[in-house]
Amino acid sequence: MKKLPITELDSFLKSLNMPVYLPSDDPSGQAKFTRWAEGVQLTQQLNTVRSAKDLFFPQMENLVDFKVQDQKIEIIEHRNVSENFVIFGVRACDAAAFEILDRVFLSDPVDGYYKERRDHALIVTMACSAPEETCFCTAFGIDAADPKGDVTAWKTEDSFFFRANTGKGEKLIAGLADGDESAVQAQQAQTREILSKLPNGKLDLTGFDGAHMMEKFNDSRWKELSEACLGCGTCTFVCPTCQCYDVREFNTGDTIQRFRCWDSCMYSDFTKMSAGQPRPTQLERFRQRFMHKLVYFPDNNDGVYGCVGCGRCLQKCPIHMNIVKVAKTIGGEGNG
Amino acid sequence: MAEYREPLIPMLGVVTAIRTDTPDVKTFTVTGLDGKKPFVHIPGQCAMLSIPGVGEALFSITSSPTKEDALEFSIKKCGCVTDWLHAMEPGQQITIRGPYGSGFPVDTDFRGKDLVFVAGGIGLAPLHSVINYVRANRANYGKVDIVYGSRSMQDLVDFDEILNEWSKEEGITVHLTIDREQPEWKGHVGFVPNYVKELGFDTSRTVVMCGPPIMIKFTLAGLMELGFDKSNIYTTLEMKMKCALGKCGRCNIGTKYICKDGPVFRLDQLDELPDEY
Repeated sequence: MKKLPITELDSFLKSLNMPVYLPSDDPSGQAKFTRWAEGVQLTQQLNTVRSAKDLFFPQMENLVDFKVQDQKIEIIEHRNVSENFVIFGVRACDAAAFEILDRVFLSDPVDGYYKERRDHALIVTMACSAPEETCFCTAFGIDAADPKGDVTAWKTEDSFFFRANTGKGEKLIAGLADGDESAVQAQQAQTREILSKLPNGKLDLTGFDGAHMMEKFNDSRWKELSEACLGCGTCTFVCPTCQCYDVREFNTGDTIQRFRCWDSCMYSDFTKMSAGQPRPTQLERFRQRFMHKLVYFPDNNDGVYGCVGCGRCLQKCPIHMNIVKVAKTIGGEGNG
Repeated sequence: MAEYREPLIPMLGVVTAIRTDTPDVKTFTVTGLDGKKPFVHIPGQCAMLSIPGVGEALFSITSSPTKEDALEFSIKKCGCVTDWLHAMEPGQQITIRGPYGSGFPVDTDFRGKDLVFVAGGIGLAPLHSVINYVRANRANYGKVDIVYGSRSMQDLVDFDEILNEWSKEEGITVHLTIDREQPEWKGHVGFVPNYVKELGFDTSRTVVMCGPPIMIKFTLAGLMELGFDKSNIYTTLEMKMKCALGKCGRCNIGTKYICKDGPVFRLDQLDELPDEY
């Protein structure tokens, strides 16, 4: 265990000599992952409004350019090679979400754009000390008091404590002084006490699996659950595991840029094609989002759910509908 | 080992020939810039074609893998990309990536079977690939019946090949039908589902179906009445796609992605999936 006085964070980050992204408050007071420079302060808030997925899967990125002239086409590949960078202060939920994104983007055929960033990232997670009512990471077996990552950090009143989990992580904190674990253990005990009492922490997900796919899909209560959904897509954009994307083109006047951007299964044109629309109303779109996270994804991925319980959708949905309500309505009896 | 290629970055191809099949279907012959076939495929597989600036879309490969010099795509004009394809001239470069999807089990489950192909309209495109593969490997398969229908005789895709090659081959029987009477048409008139029922094939045969959803629905009902087993019926599905790699997230039906787990499904497999296609 290594220790660093909070007052020395700036000099530590500077000494790393590579880009560092950390959650910091913007002028409107919203926490977001920001490129660190001297004076950029670590937020006091529990979590960022948008998740950390942006750093591996940006909201928009160019894939390839084309030059079209008469009948000829030229393909211009312009992939940027990433340099090593640090993401500092990732919460346990967002760190767990990286593993879910990996299952999509790093499975065959590997997405090179994502992999390039993933390979060059060093993740310093930050243990939670004050989980909020909207948190339910415990439902997915995530321990917010002991998150994963290359390095795990704990923040106490006056110090950071660091534990390396990988070789890369060890190198990152090698220069720091040794610290005593007892302060961390005390904080962990306190955090776990809060976690054990989270109102949604023991969500019963019994029955959300491939074996019950048809039963869940045909549940009559999707109608009442989806009725008020505005189809705004906010839940998908703040979600750390949502990875659906669109591929579009932009004519710069010089080239055709083919870019990828986030898309949302909540939108009507997500599946609309000239041959028809397989998800014609918000019911089908709403159902798709939750069936994907709770049934389809785990069935295709060794039982791993496509949700990490970060609670962003609970905070942001304008009609207060969310995955917890869905799970409670059509999930196991343990939800009471 | 092949050089790593970013799966979303296509390669260049060139449209070497364009054949007008019907008022709204053209068949495009595509090679790589080197004049060779862009890649090897299995019947039923698809490829992403695009015109930068217009868009990219998934098309089933119409030619058989046994066609060695190029890929062919029979494409109906029905949207942005297809409108553009229909308007272009031979010699046009396009981008291509693939092949995608599972394809038909031509070298496993279909072997030694008596086959019935049922197609409606542009639905002949993916079956065309299988039919010509079967013709090229005739000894591996039993009897072949092809039931093909469209709105009018002008809408029958590949009419020349059907009449001059398929119909004349031993062991292959072609049953053509059109929706409404036409003075110059001497053949069968009526919808495909009824025609299939009238023909009343032996239930031991393997059926391969592709066409508009309404045709599939009623043909299937007829086949069930005749006593066919769903595990002997194959079809292909269509959904909107952006990546064709199982990642962009929109072509799933339940747990299955049409782009990689499909587009070919057996009907007993479809029964286990939500009815959302």
